Amino acid sequence: MARLSEENVRLANEIIGRYPRARSAMIPLLHLAQEQDGHVTNEAMTHIGELVGATSAEVYGTASFYEMFKFEPVGKYLINICGTMSCALMGAEELMHHAEHRLGVKLGGTTDDGMFTLERAECQAACTEAPCLQVNYRYRFRVADADFDSLVDDLKAGRLNDEIPAHGTVARVRQHIPVDRGVGAVPPEDVTEAPTWMDGKAAL
Amino acid sequence: MTTTEPTPEVVVDPNAINLTINGRPVAARKGELIIAAADRSGDYIPRFCYHPRMSSVGMCRQCLVEVEGPRGPMMVVSCMTPVAEGQVVRTETDQVKRAQEGIIELLLANHPLDCPVCDKGGECPLQDQAFSHGPGESRFIEEKRHYEKPIAISDLVLLDRERCILCDRCTRFADEVAGDALIHFTSRGNNTQVQTFPDEPFSSYFSGNTVQICPVGALTAQPYRFKARPWDLEKTESTCTTCSVGCRITLESSRDELLRYQGVDSDPVNHGWLCDKGRFNFESVKSDARLSNPLVRDGASLVETSWSSALSTAASIITSALRSGGATRVAVLGGARGTNEDAHAWAKLADALAIDSVDAQLGDGLPAAVLAYPQATIDDASRASTIILLSPDLKEELPILYLRLRDASEKKRSRILEFASKGSGLTRYAWKSVPHMPGNQAKVVASTLSESVVSAQLAKGSVVVVVGRSNLAESDEYTMAALDAVMAAHPSATVLPVLRRGNVRGALSAGLGRRDAVDILTDAANGEIDCLVLVGSDPIADFPDTDLARRALAAVPNIIAVDTFATASSTKATVLLPAAAFGEKDGSTTNLEGRVTRLARKVTVNGTSRPDWMVALELADILGHDLGVASVAEVHADLVSSNPVFGPATRAALSAHPDGVVLAPLATATSTPVAPPVAEKPGFGHRLVVGRKLYDNGRNVSESPSLAPLAPGSYLHMHSLDLERLGAADGASVKVSGDRTSIVMNVVADDSVQRGTVWAAWAQSGANIGELIDATKWVNDVRVETL
Amino acid sequence: MNTPNSTNTYPHAPGFVAGERPRIVTSRFEHADSYTLQRYLATDGYAGLRAALGRPANEVHDEVKSATVLGRGGAGFPAGTKWGLTPQGVFPRYLVVNGDESEPGTYKDRLLMERDPHQLIEGCLIACYAAGLSQCFLYIRGEMALAQERVATALNEAYAAGYVGKNILGSKFSLDIVLHWGAGAYVVGEETALIESLEGNRGMPRLKPPYFPAAIGLYGQPTIVNNVETLANLPWLMRNGAEAYTAIGTKTSPGTRMVAVSGHVKRPGVYEIINGVTTFRDLIFNEEYCGGIRNGNKLKAFVPGGGSAPWFTEDQLDVPFEGPQAGAAGSMLGSGAVMVMDETTDIPAAALTLTRFYAHESCGKCTPCREGGTWLERILSRIVDGKGTDADLAQLVEVGTSICPGDFPHASSKRLGLDAVPFPYKMNTICFVGPSAYAPINSALVLFPEEFAARVTKRTMIPVTAVGAAS
Ligand SMILES: Cc1cc2nc3c(=O)[nH]c(=O)nc-3n(C[C@H](O)[C@H](O)[C@H](O)COP(=O)(O)O)c2cc1C
Ligand code: SF4
Ligand code: SF4
Ligand code: SF4
Ligand code: FES
Ligand code: FES
Repeated sequence: MARLSEENVRLANEIIGRYPRARSAMIPLLHLAQEQDGHVTNEAMTHIGELVGATSAEVYGTASFYEMFKFEPVGKYLINICGTMSCALMGAEELMHHAEHRLGVKLGGTTDDGMFTLERAECQAACTEAPCLQVNYRYRFRVADADFDSLVDDLKAGRLNDEIPAHGTVARVRQHIPVDRGVGAVPPEDVTEAPTWMDGKAAL
Repeated sequence: MTTTEPTPEVVVDPNAINLTINGRPVAARKGELIIAAADRSGDYIPRFCYHPRMSSVGMCRQCLVEVEGPRGPMMVVSCMTPVAEGQVVRTETDQVKRAQEGIIELLLANHPLDCPVCDKGGECPLQDQAFSHGPGESRFIEEKRHYEKPIAISDLVLLDRERCILCDRCTRFADEVAGDALIHFTSRGNNTQVQTFPDEPFSSYFSGNTVQICPVGALTAQPYRFKARPWDLEKTESTCTTCSVGCRITLESSRDELLRYQGVDSDPVNHGWLCDKGRFNFESVKSDARLSNPLVRDGASLVETSWSSALSTAASIITSALRSGGATRVAVLGGARGTNEDAHAWAKLADALAIDSVDAQLGDGLPAAVLAYPQATIDDASRASTIILLSPDLKEELPILYLRLRDASEKKRSRILEFASKGSGLTRYAWKSVPHMPGNQAKVVASTLSESVVSAQLAKGSVVVVVGRSNLAESDEYTMAALDAVMAAHPSATVLPVLRRGNVRGALSAGLGRRDAVDILTDAANGEIDCLVLVGSDPIADFPDTDLARRALAAVPNIIAVDTFATASSTKATVLLPAAAFGEKDGSTTNLEGRVTRLARKVTVNGTSRPDWMVALELADILGHDLGVASVAEVHADLVSSNPVFGPATRAALSAHPDGVVLAPLATATSTPVAPPVAEKPGFGHRLVVGRKLYDNGRNVSESPSLAPLAPGSYLHMHSLDLERLGAADGASVKVSGDRTSIVMNVVADDSVQRGTVWAAWAQSGANIGELIDATKWVNDVRVETL
Repeated sequence: MNTPNSTNTYPHAPGFVAGERPRIVTSRFEHADSYTLQRYLATDGYAGLRAALGRPANEVHDEVKSATVLGRGGAGFPAGTKWGLTPQGVFPRYLVVNGDESEPGTYKDRLLMERDPHQLIEGCLIACYAAGLSQCFLYIRGEMALAQERVATALNEAYAAGYVGKNILGSKFSLDIVLHWGAGAYVVGEETALIESLEGNRGMPRLKPPYFPAAIGLYGQPTIVNNVETLANLPWLMRNGAEAYTAIGTKTSPGTRMVAVSGHVKRPGVYEIINGVTTFRDLIFNEEYCGGIRNGNKLKAFVPGGGSAPWFTEDQLDVPFEGPQAGAAGSMLGSGAVMVMDETTDIPAAALTLTRFYAHESCGKCTPCREGGTWLERILSRIVDGKGTDADLAQLVEVGTSICPGDFPHASSKRLGLDAVPFPYKMNTICFVGPSAYAPINSALVLFPEEFAARVTKRTMIPVTAVGAAS
């Protein structure tokens, strides 16, 4: 629906400023857009293209390559159940069946109340804690059917609001480089010499 | 014989590389790819994604070959692997065959195999390679990928994603060559597809090239779709004369109907690419509006007649004009749209009749003197370390030259230094773009070139000045003065003149530039011309000062027009003769560099149309002058032998060099431009800048149904801050006034326009900006008011 | 020492199992606040950096070289040697930290980023100092929200405290470390795809040559791509020296490495094991580690080095964590991930979970992987569903051969009287994702043919479509 808000443009420009080339900020800015609207809108992609110097088609080309960007609204909670080998060996398929049953949607579907989207995901780097899932990228380990049910209940009741933000927000802490401490990004063509500390002497 | 001849010193070329391909020695250059070396040695390696004019991506994996390595033979992709000294390459081993079959089988896995209804069927590399390098059957019994059947990705191009083999050629072209990254891969893996952004079509001036380079029938061109089967097409090589770049093309026809133009890779010129205007305007040749029989005035109307009667009427008009007041009472305008032979025949006729009022340009170019400076070719420009632009927007006027110069900048061979009144397509690639007010360019050029960073840049290597008419609403003298300022600061610079009309350089070189059209039309308006001959020219539409053109044509008692269409000017004629169009006549043409190439006839003429040269000869005949030539070949031979500029362009030379022969500069002495200084700021309102868009209401476009809707129409472009000051909304109607009259236009915000100026496109439907141009003024200022 | 009691787990670090072995990179994991600057400084934090800055950069580089710090991202290339591959005199050069960890079965980088982000930051600083890299980009997998938060917090702390940024510790060494994060695409872990992604593009691997990142990488400049764990070794190395480092493990495989063991073992977990010394038998069966197969079941097979690796069975249990030995046995150590299957495992179904993964994660750039991966997945699904024929089995091999020509590596099998085909394979693809789609199928087909034979029906004629004909 929307281009980036004024506050997000400020953030976007701060992020862009960290890279030698603006286009490198593309993925972080797409996350920012998704954080703002819950999914990535066409207007936001066009806006991001303007900010980083790319065509809208290029922004969409990049964005659509990555799993996490959604171009249609999804549920407030995106539940990703891992189905790769370690989890599958420990009952991931059964967990997915249970989840489908509990939420009343098939994998890939969103509940009518817009609360939950259920997806099959690939390995989440928690293979020893199988089967596992992520809710808006927050882990739940060794999930039994009952654990899943109470997770859904807790989410519905808002008991996890502190831990789990609505879909779109991934990290809630942003890097901030203080102006007086940052070295600053320089376009590669403006650097031709070895860094000053490469002078054969100790730096300290 | 025992004389000891000195053994020539063996010069070891550091870039020479020797390898063997399939057991035979092949000489190659350092950095050359195996696939390119194999092409030269005749060992064709199948490929889908590789294209010699684009960077390699190694995506399709069809070009795998075997290279002997330290640990036995290795499979390498030949489109990514450079040749190496002593390399042993095999392209036909069982391993290679197995790999090629495997790739074909995988590509066919998701391919619809609807060859019988596919435009590409019969000339499809996938189909061909499936036969020659494929397993001959598909074992893919899974369901194939399904997508909505062809979607229009632009007004001209359709995409069938089911047929796409994801070779990245179209997308690479759009990004790398055209600089219009409006189509892109989306999604990932097996769902990857080519797409535009929602509601942002692939509106590139170069979109047709993607159709030509698509190795399958995934991309099709609206103007060609389902028109013919490739095996029915007959092809002849020729040169596009839509503009003066002179791209090499093939004319393709079936049953005497032009159906398609394809780009031919001419190394010095177009690298295989065409602009969409050049590619698709074959439609105008087939237009129903073409004139097919001679017309003679009968009161208010023009009535069809025979050639003999029309020609004798024309001849008697000329005779009586000559009788009444001598050769000064006759003028000839045009010749820049025809062939060299057309121009030569008309020049001979003018000579025979001693007519001096002859101009191939219509006040919209530059003095012919620009052809007398030390000349540069397109290649020279694209290799120059500095390219200085004193030119119109090349993307709009000479699209393929734009691609060549863009490439020079993108590949870091050249730095572009632009002087312009309005930002152009090349501005974003320019090292420096220096704005100037119309009329002030010489001063701005002189001061910029004296800056130390700039002079240091110029000192780095060769400098080519690209010079053309950037503003139809100012005197051409300012451009010439700016050119002289460059030459004064950097005398070793060479010049690439970018006069725009197809064969304008040929016509000027053949002698059709004797007197400025401004003076001729002024004489005509003053009643000093009795007979005006228009050879494929339309002053009312093309002369910048519309009012003068209109008055001139109204004041001339008799006009003889030779034209393919009934135009604003040609319908004012007493005699209107139907001319053969491009593709309907043989001959040669001269591009902006002075490169002469051959033109071919592919289809028979429309109706009884005749080529311009023939009309000149026949008129001469009736007028009692034997020009000594009777065929196009004889005209050409006469041109080469009688005009030293054309000396090198012999028939034999043209046959031997399909890429053409470059003419010498004109011998005309450099004129000293008279360019009075103008005020920095307009006296009132805004200073007017008039340029062109690729698509306009010229016949090439307006008579090509696929292109006509692409012309943007008439708008007044103004910097957003000026617009704000004016208090007008973007898109609002405003009144634009010059000294003579006012017109109403819609104004649009455009920050590529300088503050204090307004810009409008020439020849667009809607308000005619030509009404506000006074050709007798050095610059034109206009007042813009809200309504 | 090797008693079950010595093996500790911590509620704040689920998955991690500490033992009594020397630990280099997980030494702070038992502290619940190990990710804070305060705890880091209290446990030798940034002492390695101080030591490094006290010496000329080239000396630090030499020290890392002599320690032979093997890359932990998969290829096992020594870090010091890699840094030396940058072309002389070409600047700027960049460090890109590969924290995109997504290889099935693998997780260690996530723990290192969540539990000890300062250790990683310190490692980045040392690497950049030693190799003259003028900016560092720390690319964290998009789905790892906690890791991103912890690293962001740590970077903010480190900037404020003068460990990162201008004139670090008051020295002439200045460096920005930029936190970057992905958006979900396994293939981006491949280093050239990582660079593409960091440039704002689709994460499709670049062709090599000429794109060895050390020569032509980010923005066309020399670029070092190192794995998180690789860099996490550097602070310890700087504090203790190369000699102490090489004293652990073997000469060719010194130091330790983190290995995640998942699947049907009693105590799945992430362990820091001894390079070159610890064997798969130790890891899977020793009480000190996983303590054997669950429920007293028998081992059927295991994946030794992440989902891409050909499988091993009990015949390979005595192979140690040493690259060349694993290679000779027909597989690789890869990313330090062992997935264990017990006797109850449905082998074709297990293989399908991996093939599906790689087919789904194909970037789509090259034909064999894009088309072949999906085709393999479809055939195998049909077989797993009991609808396959023996023609399908032949077709699996056909498609596999179009991806990887020649013999595909596999382990030996006493049971079947098979010899090993050593690693690596030949490939028609740009990167390893295509071959990885076939690796589990080949392992399953070669080592457990009977499970397929039992699944498929007798040959039926497959429909053949003539190429070029109308359909
Ligand atoms: C398909 C593919 C995926 C990879 N994924 C990762 C990854 O997630 N993390 C990683 O560090 N290396 C990964 N690698 C290896 C990297 O390409 C690269 O070798 C490594 O980051 C180098 O770091 P190192 O030398 O410190 O090991 C992957 C390689 C391939 C081919
Ligand atoms: S549409 Fe044609 S040119 Fe474009 S990627 Fe597909 S096959 Fe290649
Ligand atoms: S650039 Fe000019 S010559 Fe070339 S295709 Fe276009 S119109 Fe024709
Ligand atoms: S092998 Fe697969 S993932 Fe790798 S480049 Fe090719 S298509 Fe992409
Ligand atoms: S397999 Fe599920 S987290 Fe790795
Ligand atoms: S032509 Fe070489 S990979 Fe496509």
